[in-house]
Amino acid sequence: MSDTPGGTPLHRALGLTDDEEGDIRAALGRAANPLELAMFSVMWSEHCSYKSSRLHLRRLPSDAPWVLVGPGEGAGVIDAGDGIAVAMRIESHNHPSAVEPYQGAATGVGGIIRDVFTMGARPIALMDPLCFGPLSEPRNRWIFEGVVRGIAGYGNAVGVPTVGGELVFDDCYAGNPLVNVFCLGVMPTGRLTLGRASGSGNLAVLLGSSTGRDGIGGVSVLASAGFGGDADDQSKRPSVQVGDPFEEKRLIEACLELLERGLAVGVQDLGGAGITCAVSETAAKGGVGMDVWVDAVPQREPGMTAAEVMTSESQERVLAIVTPADLAAVEELCARAEVRAAVIGEVTGTGRLRILAGRGGAVLGDVPAAALEDGKPLYDRPRARPADLDARWADDPAGLAPPEDCGADLLGMLTDPSWVYRQYDHMLFLNTVEPPGGDAAVLRLKAPGLPPTRRAIALSADGNARWCALDPAVGAALTVAESALNVACAGARPRALVNCLNFGNPEHPEVMWQLSEAVDGIAEACRELDLPVIGGNVSLYNESRGVDIDPTPVVAVLGVIDELVRRPPGVWLVDGGWLVLLGRTEPNLAGSRWARDRRGHRGGRLAAPDWAGHRALLGLVAGLVADGVPAGVHDVADGGLGVALAEMAVRAGLGWRVGAVGGHAELFSESPSRVVVCAADEAARTVVETRAAALGVPVTILGRAGGDRLVVEGLLDVGLAAATGAWRGALPDAVAGVAAVAG
Amino acid sequence: MGSRVAVVVYPGTNCEHDVAEAVASVGGEPRLVWHTATTLDAPDAVIVPGGFAHGDYLRPGAIARFSAVTAAVAAFARDGGPVLGICNGFQVLTEAGLLPGALQKNRGLTFLCDTVEVEVCSTANLLTRGAVAGRRLRLPINHFEGNYTCDPATLDELRDQDRVVLRYTDNPNGSLDDIAGICNEAGNVIGLMPHPERASDALLGSVDGLVLLEGFLGGGPAR
Repeated sequence: MSDTPGGTPLHRALGLTDDEEGDIRAALGRAANPLELAMFSVMWSEHCSYKSSRLHLRRLPSDAPWVLVGPGEGAGVIDAGDGIAVAMRIESHNHPSAVEPYQGAATGVGGIIRDVFTMGARPIALMDPLCFGPLSEPRNRWIFEGVVRGIAGYGNAVGVPTVGGELVFDDCYAGNPLVNVFCLGVMPTGRLTLGRASGSGNLAVLLGSSTGRDGIGGVSVLASAGFGGDADDQSKRPSVQVGDPFEEKRLIEACLELLERGLAVGVQDLGGAGITCAVSETAAKGGVGMDVWVDAVPQREPGMTAAEVMTSESQERVLAIVTPADLAAVEELCARAEVRAAVIGEVTGTGRLRILAGRGGAVLGDVPAAALEDGKPLYDRPRARPADLDARWADDPAGLAPPEDCGADLLGMLTDPSWVYRQYDHMLFLNTVEPPGGDAAVLRLKAPGLPPTRRAIALSADGNARWCALDPAVGAALTVAESALNVACAGARPRALVNCLNFGNPEHPEVMWQLSEAVDGIAEACRELDLPVIGGNVSLYNESRGVDIDPTPVVAVLGVIDELVRRPPGVWLVDGGWLVLLGRTEPNLAGSRWARDRRGHRGGRLAAPDWAGHRALLGLVAGLVADGVPAGVHDVADGGLGVALAEMAVRAGLGWRVGAVGGHAELFSESPSRVVVCAADEAARTVVETRAAALGVPVTILGRAGGDRLVVEGLLDVGLAAATGAWRGALPDAVAGVAAVAG
Repeated sequence: MGSRVAVVVYPGTNCEHDVAEAVASVGGEPRLVWHTATTLDAPDAVIVPGGFAHGDYLRPGAIARFSAVTAAVAAFARDGGPVLGICNGFQVLTEAGLLPGALQKNRGLTFLCDTVEVEVCSTANLLTRGAVAGRRLRLPINHFEGNYTCDPATLDELRDQDRVVLRYTDNPNGSLDDIAGICNEAGNVIGLMPHPERASDALLGSVDGLVLLEGFLGGGPAR
């Protein structure tokens, strides 16, 4: 067995357990050499192997007649109709972003885009759900600003619009921010390509950047362990990769042309675990073997070892499997697109992945391709319901003193996220009908090479750790329900979901219990809503100094609008319009923003979702919006009815006067399955009431829009100007703290 | 037959399809021209679209001015051909010396993607000849380096010769004299930071860009 100079066995230094080393020995029939160990260590890392979560992920429903590709490929793909396929995927880049915010976020964007275009889809939309510690802390501001700049710097330059996301601040993310990245692409259904190698004698062609020493061990050192102290975190910085969006832009164009012209058998992104992952996945999935010639890999610096070349996570690279007959055409295409192309190996019929110093040279490593891929460890880690859960459930926020000033509490919960999304190009490709900031982004389905269509899509990304900390199953189910409702508010039918499961240390039994419960919650919601889970990502070890983050499953829901004939009304009001609440408010403050923000309280019991009621509401809202009935529509979520109504007011620049709200618990309750619509006149109001009655959805006439004050009779009365100022100023003022502290 | 429009594509350009779509929507015939082209194949007009030509490395437009196609665009402009630079295209035209001044980083030191209001200040050029001076248009901007600057003598010249084409009504980026777009002396070469192609469909929220694109492709002399 190889040891490091310090005497630690090499496999442990690489993050492999003694048992895993034993499994490798069994698979090879001998001890692995250092190169082979390095390859196993990245492929069997938590990040690449899902060894703690795979057992649970199987419970997620992934089938539906419209699903073309489910989980396990670069991206999930659905048939959107009219000959158009939509590919999407979500991923985390939490740990790199904690260490180096700009590059961590930037390379997260680059990686998720590659997952989509390597399947033949042109990336047309990004979303970034983000969670940070409170901006009152300078370090959190540094991370926040760096992440937003990184997403902007990469996403804008690579030429893919960022159309949505989510922004959450909570103490639990202070040492470990969450940076989730989502990408969606479109293609003519016939262009769909999978990452498969086949055909003995076919060539492995590496496209894009040269390979350097950046990001070595990113998946094992960085993504599959928690954070300790600052010095420890700093030492991990070299494991973060550096992004080059210009290289990626050329790679997108070259790759899409390659696939359009049918010049590649399969294409695979090089992400975590670099060449090792790409060759073992394509070989294992294709049931073939592969030889890799190390000296044929274009290298950024001299003296790199074979293990460095094989595990480097240098960005902006993809692997294409090309027949020898097509090689000249591929090389010509790449030369014109100014993309480097190098033949680095070939497909063999042996089923073995061999690493050679060069073509015909010394064999440096020789493992069964299936062992790296299919032989990945699978753990059923211990799970334990938290001992304090019953006590937290019993601690109901109903017992908290009511606010002295509901208006002040309301204003404190308003945040305009435009400080973030104004830094993102969210309009490129002329598809963005509803920009970021509303319930869901709405995009036309248009790209070069696509058949013309009047269909459109709606996208929403959502998470709610406050709910999931109290009850990961119900919280995750409600998160899915809310995301589906967001796309319904744009007039869309929810059609597919991808998830990014951000959790703490899986070696903590409470964390594994949270994960398992959350998976069950998502599975239940998706079955109830006929929403296939077509892809996902699991991010574990989100902990800092031994404290796990609250469980944060993030979901992104894709909705399809069959015919987009007008802009959806969005979060809006018209003067004199009727404010109508669809759905019933339960005065439950458990897990609410109000209880946390204003009282520091995180207890109580979430109510289970009413699925029949939720389905009725989804159909009602989507139908009303598609038919152009409401003049404004907004899902009730964070901050409850009070915040929903206030957001409609500040966006429209119009006040309202409402009654029928019994007290602060009704005003700030986040009970699910509720939407506020603004009906411009009596006729529209009657349509809303009639359709709701037919579907059994409860209706409350809250009041009317107009004037320059926000008035809830008997509860609050604030000026529209004050509300608008609080909403607009929240983020810029918090960020301005940077200048004060730095200056 | 519609106006034949060469849409220049550098590596890193990303608005070429959007521009082509908008050009087609006003009856033009767009054709993409890769940056290695040494001739433009006799178009009626040229548009240098937005994006990040050559990654904007070094400085936006600084490398693009050396691409072969830029010399062809310059020759076309010298012969009086209509040339429009949008956003990154404007930056390229200033770097190539076809328009005076330079675009610096925004005053707030952040990228800005937003819809802003601009006022038509001059109609003596190919872009705004179809509009009325004083008309206000809502157009999207999308840039980090959109803060126009030039030396005082050049600014005097631009003003005296009626070459400030568009001004922001609420300056978003710190541009000198609120300048959003300018033209050359002959009025056939125009550069602007806002994106008229992003305001060419009611479904997207504004059609105020159409009057500009229609004017640009309309034929006839600039001034």
